[in-house]
Amino acid sequence: MGSANDLVLTGVSKRFGSFVAVDDLDLTVPAGSFFALLGPSGCGKTTTLRMIAGLETPTGGRITLGADDITALKPYRRPVNTVFQSYALFPHMTIAENVAFGLRRSGTRDVKDQVAAMLEMVELGDYGRRKPAQLSGGQQQRVALARALINRPRVLLLDEPLGALDLKLRRQMQIELKQIQTEVETTFVHVTHDQEEAMTMADTVAVMNAGVIEQMGRPEDLYEHPSTTFVANFLGQSNLIRGELGGAEQADVVVDVHGTRLLAPGAQVPDGGREVWVGIRPEKVTLAAAGAGALRGANVLESGVVTDASFTGVSTQYLVRMPWGQELMVFEQNTGQHKGFVVGDTVDLHWVPDHTFLLDAGQDSAAGVERETVP
Amino acid sequence: MSRAGTAPDRRSDRPVRQGGGLGGGLGIQRWGHWLANHLVLGIGLLVLLYMFVPILIVVAMSFNQPASRNSYSFNEFTLRNWANPCEPLGMCDSVLLSVQIGLLATLVATALGTLMAFALVRHRFRGRSVANVFTFLPMASPEIVMGSSLLALFVAGGFAGALGFVTILIAHIMFCLSFVVVTVKARLAGLDPRLEQAAMDLYANEWQTFWRVTFPLVFPGILAAALLSFSLSFDDFIITNLNAGQEVTFPMYVWGAAQRGIPPQINVIGTVMFLTALLLVLLGELNTRRRERA
Amino acid sequence: MSDTEERRGGLVGYVLLLPAGAWLTLFFVVPLVTLVSTSFYDPAGSLELGYRVTGQVTNYASVLSDYSEQFLRSLGYAATATLVCVLLGYPLAYAIAFKAGRWRNLMLVAVIAPFFTSFLIRTLSWQLILADQGWVVDTLQFLHLLGEDGRLLATPVAVVTGITYNFLPFMVLPLYASLEKIDPRLIEAGSDLYASPFTTFRTVTLPLSLPGLVAGTLLTFIPAAGDYINAQLLGNTRTQMIGNVIQKLFDGGSYPEAAALSVTLMAVIVVLVLAYVRRAGTEDLV
Repeated sequence: MGSANDLVLTGVSKRFGSFVAVDDLDLTVPAGSFFALLGPSGCGKTTTLRMIAGLETPTGGRITLGADDITALKPYRRPVNTVFQSYALFPHMTIAENVAFGLRRSGTRDVKDQVAAMLEMVELGDYGRRKPAQLSGGQQQRVALARALINRPRVLLLDEPLGALDLKLRRQMQIELKQIQTEVETTFVHVTHDQEEAMTMADTVAVMNAGVIEQMGRPEDLYEHPSTTFVANFLGQSNLIRGELGGAEQADVVVDVHGTRLLAPGAQVPDGGREVWVGIRPEKVTLAAAGAGALRGANVLESGVVTDASFTGVSTQYLVRMPWGQELMVFEQNTGQHKGFVVGDTVDLHWVPDHTFLLDAGQDSAAGVERETVP
Repeated sequence: MSRAGTAPDRRSDRPVRQGGGLGGGLGIQRWGHWLANHLVLGIGLLVLLYMFVPILIVVAMSFNQPASRNSYSFNEFTLRNWANPCEPLGMCDSVLLSVQIGLLATLVATALGTLMAFALVRHRFRGRSVANVFTFLPMASPEIVMGSSLLALFVAGGFAGALGFVTILIAHIMFCLSFVVVTVKARLAGLDPRLEQAAMDLYANEWQTFWRVTFPLVFPGILAAALLSFSLSFDDFIITNLNAGQEVTFPMYVWGAAQRGIPPQINVIGTVMFLTALLLVLLGELNTRRRERA
Repeated sequence: MSDTEERRGGLVGYVLLLPAGAWLTLFFVVPLVTLVSTSFYDPAGSLELGYRVTGQVTNYASVLSDYSEQFLRSLGYAATATLVCVLLGYPLAYAIAFKAGRWRNLMLVAVIAPFFTSFLIRTLSWQLILADQGWVVDTLQFLHLLGEDGRLLATPVAVVTGITYNFLPFMVLPLYASLEKIDPRLIEAGSDLYASPFTTFRTVTLPLSLPGLVAGTLLTFIPAAGDYINAQLLGNTRTQMIGNVIQKLFDGGSYPEAAALSVTLMAVIVVLVLAYVRRAGTEDLV
């Protein structure tokens, strides 16, 4: 396959009146990949998807699929199909008629056999003669998928396809979708606001905010090395502490954080001034009783006071007030090897310097913070 | 473990204990509640009965052999009225005229009104909200005003002598239009635009999308509008009476008969109308249920 | 949508709008204008000889002095009938929305079923029910609610009963539509917070059903005020409504007076409706 089927957006913009929904977007979706467009509602991800589908005309820029420029093509002339949010199944047609719709329009032969095979694949073989209203949410979701996939599109677009399902079903469908994608080897472009869903399913995640892409890459890379405060906060949770860059020390750089000397990998020092955000994920930090010795070379922040401890089963989530007033999050696995701390305990925070990341201090440290707890 | 297990049980049986324990006071309150609950339903059913009494009388009188021309009480059972429905002079002609006008008015009003509903829901243009209010006005005007103003127009235009089939038709289409627009508009507004987008996404061009998705989904609304138009047209008296010239529609025939003495066959026609409409509605309901189950 | 698309959409919109819009303009708006101008004609003219526009309000002055009684009666009957419609229609709509369960559709059909037969035939049926020798009169006389020679037919009671009956579905359907939208859990929450069913009704159900109540009131009052069939078939000469007068004047060829009466009726209704809607606080009705 190679790059002959890559979906490429070049300088694509979309304005609604004076509102800029998508701003000069450049994006390459490699053929055959499972690509997730992740962002909060209103970030422009759905508009981007609709422009790829042809349901929205870009105000500027070009969209190409392999060698074909599809920017101005009508939706029904593009080799692209969509799984709509809340599915948009035709209520007046049976499941089989729904699935056959695209094939009949393109005048394909042996529609019946293909429909039967496709319904088998999504495990709805016996449901062909039913109406959409008689199916559960999860089943409707699979019909929507079958209806799009049967046309063998070069790109399949999924607009929040699991949003209407409950948590348990969503997990199950995430796995199924991923399996189906591996099976059919079609490019999937998946739009979602659920960071966990994006990371579970996609090979490549693009985090979108306010009409532009903040960062793009493999889920692990985005999580471990966020390049903006938005990504650091939107993908999981982060502690961001104000610090000042010092000199280099072998491969690391020295950062001064409220009088404490910390180390961070030197590979990702942001451009700009000496002021930086020092980031550390809550689950990377271990708590120790104040004054207890740390491993050699660990970053240590001393003399925090536990202000909150909530037991969640798998882990205990602590809030620790630092001497400079900031509250930091620490998630400790409940391995049972050491006893937990209680509110009022004085503790030290330890972590491995490699887990530290540095961000431009000019960015808002609260960008992308979601007001919900990570499950 | 055991504490966690029993807690919800205890909570769930608490109201039962209270109900038993407090006995009297709560019992009366409950009984009052039951009464209040069923009182509304009872009143509702009584009101429905009130609405049906006149129709039952129409059905009964269709089997009546009146004692004299001006006697309205039930005299003697007969099937004669049903056997000779067209006996009263001119009655069946008037029914035929009403059916003709009803069908034509329905056809035109449904077509024009549906187009207008599409314009109002699907297109953005200057003056759309004015047009929206405008369609409501005829529904909010007394019939006597609409009828008299149309007559004023026909008279002023020099058509006073030409009143008849065409003027009745014009009037009927006019007052049916608003109802069609409102009915179809409601159906269209409830249509998820993503359905049409999905069709386009699945290789249906604009024309195919309209005929395979939009139209079938809006059709129940159009059908309802057509049925409503026909019944409005068939039943109209006040506007028709002013603009009919020498023509006599069925309601006008009934009006005339009411002054002279009512032939019992009028009740036959009334019963047939009622049963036909009821049958249509029941068939429609059955059809929906069958489709939902299939 | 880009600018060009919007313009194209607008053009198509106008094209779709044109036939019905033209029809309504030509046969609803233009006639109203003609009606107003007819009302200013000199009543001395005739169809054959033609009319002279006086530009004076003499027609209005004369019809108002001649027919003010019928005018007030029409408004009174219509208001009474509307009130009775609310009293009968609200419980029915409430029962259908919350108590009917799976019989809901059947009850709805029953509400519109009276429409299935002719308006006039239904009204004639009331002639029979309220007739002097009918069982209603007999029962009322037996209960001494009506004197020995008392009657119902040809009285205001009969006219109001007929109007109420004929327009009741117009009250029930909008009421039902707005009641049906109320989440039953709101009412449960209400009875949880206020305890008394009446208070719950007053503070939760009634305010939420107000749009339906307003729409129902208008849909009942407006046609009732212009109706003359009930007054003609169930009343007598002393129960004549304004519709009877307008109809008679048109029949007699007195177009200018009839037009003046029609315009006055329309104006009075518009003023009343506006005042009512403003008081009810639901100006975004349409």
